[in-house]
Amino acid sequence: MIQSIVRKNAYYDSVTLMLISREMKSMEGVEEVLVGMGTELNLDLVRNLNMFDANLEDVTPNDLFIAAKFNEELVTMEQLVNSFDEQINRKKEASAGDYRPPTLRSAIDHLGGANLVQISIPGQYAAEEAEAALKAGLHVMMFSDNVSIKDELRLKQLAVEKGLLMMGPDCGTAIINGVPLCFANVVSKGRIGLVGASGTGTQEITVRIDQLGEGLSQVIGTGGRDLREEIGGLMMIQGIEALLKDPETDVIVLVSKPPHPTVEKKIVDLVKQANKPVVIDFIGGDAASIIAAGATPCVSLEDAARKAVALLRGEKVEDFDGFDAPEEEIEKLVSNAFSTLSADQKYLRALYTGGTLADEAIKYLGENYPIYSNIPLTPDRALANLGGLEGHICLDLGEDEFTRGRPHPMIDPLTRTEFFKTHVDGSTAVVLVDVVIGYGSHENPAGAVADSVRDARARLKEEGKNLVVVASVTGTDKDPQDLRQSIASLEQAGVIVMPSNAQAVRLVDLIMEKMSA
Amino acid sequence: MSVNELFKKELKVINMGLESFYEELRSQDVETIHVDWKPAAGGDKKMASLLGRLKGL
Repeated sequence: MIQSIVRKNAYYDSVTLMLISREMKSMEGVEEVLVGMGTELNLDLVRNLNMFDANLEDVTPNDLFIAAKFNEELVTMEQLVNSFDEQINRKKEASAGDYRPPTLRSAIDHLGGANLVQISIPGQYAAEEAEAALKAGLHVMMFSDNVSIKDELRLKQLAVEKGLLMMGPDCGTAIINGVPLCFANVVSKGRIGLVGASGTGTQEITVRIDQLGEGLSQVIGTGGRDLREEIGGLMMIQGIEALLKDPETDVIVLVSKPPHPTVEKKIVDLVKQANKPVVIDFIGGDAASIIAAGATPCVSLEDAARKAVALLRGEKVEDFDGFDAPEEEIEKLVSNAFSTLSADQKYLRALYTGGTLADEAIKYLGENYPIYSNIPLTPDRALANLGGLEGHICLDLGEDEFTRGRPHPMIDPLTRTEFFKTHVDGSTAVVLVDVVIGYGSHENPAGAVADSVRDARARLKEEGKNLVVVASVTGTDKDPQDLRQSIASLEQAGVIVMPSNAQAVRLVDLIMEKMSA
Repeated sequence: MSVNELFKKELKVINMGLESFYEELRSQDVETIHVDWKPAAGGDKKMASLLGRLKGL
């Protein structure tokens, strides 16, 4: 049976609703359920699932709907609605008593001395609110995406004019005055400042700095498009200037995908004048201009962290492209892993939730092997060109094509759990994953990976096969999920846990080299 | 307040959008307030743009 209900003028955020949808979907007798606001995107999803009915015709983005396909002998629509109410009431109770002003203006009046606005409302409304915040003299962290590049430029120009931060749109990570914003880890306070245009890249560098025993002064996010020609690096430049003036910052780290040449020149020119050491990771970019500016280029995100720490301590700065563990130990790990595989297990499945971490993997492994991906190095390696499962695959599961109508896989591991089921088979030799913990992330992503690995192993065991799984955890022992516990639950499932994404990728490269020898 | 002045202050955050971000700030004892945000004009784009223009006057 297909049924829907609509509640007029009841607004809830998308992540809350998607997580509740998921819980409801696990009820007995439920085939499909979608709870959402009546946006065009959500209604399209309902149509695609063939659940659209007359009730939904007049729904607006301000109305909540529940659409469900279910077996009426096992469950009723009433039970589904009750389940929704129970879950939403539980959430409401958790924050009962907090005053919730209806507008930005009333929030400013209510919270005396507010200095930053964190915006994660749907993209089409986000620019207007950000503009109002900047005009009121507040710094902005904007997680929302789907904001036009024209609006981004206008907002960033306004921020520069007023001397404010406009972090984003599509900015996932920042740590200001020790407070992690959106997706960020709990790291020690220290003397390294960072400006980042890539979320999980920033997270990886900050956690490695923390693990090396140093800390961060400020971590400023810019959003992924800041270093495009149209935006001209406005926020990265604003961030560098602030860190240069900051007495708490001794070393500066910059991380981004390769900038547009004109933007790179602006940044390099600014870095040339810097009176503090600057480490730059333009992931996969050209090192020559960085060296010419007197700055330090990097070979990986982890390398950026190590170099920043070395510069801070006055130690020798050199490329780190090896392992923490001694060579013999790594060789043993590789040959042990290889010895468990059958001759017809040939392929890599890299299933990433962090975009920059996936990017780092594909750039390294793609040099030696044909890797098919949704973010391919060359167009001929697009996933669609592979067709089946006979080839090496590396996916960024956080890209739009995998997140329509569901939360980002860092918030909800379901997407990766499904890919483990559909993309790991008897021809798979090695699975490579990232586990990103910290604020913003799921409460136990390592546990979800461990469950998927156990499930995949059980399936392969029926064919008399084993599976090699390599992971790294982007996190610290101060994060709510706890780094040590995350590593322990992965290791209990037989996962090889490496100390960084770069080392996990390099280990996989060695295993693949042995496989192709 | 310039960026460098912000660095010297205690962070006080207004959250608009995902409630989980607000809850996480609160769990860290950060001073924060959550805006009970709804799309302007009930999500009616035409009406919202008219409202936007009115606000700009």
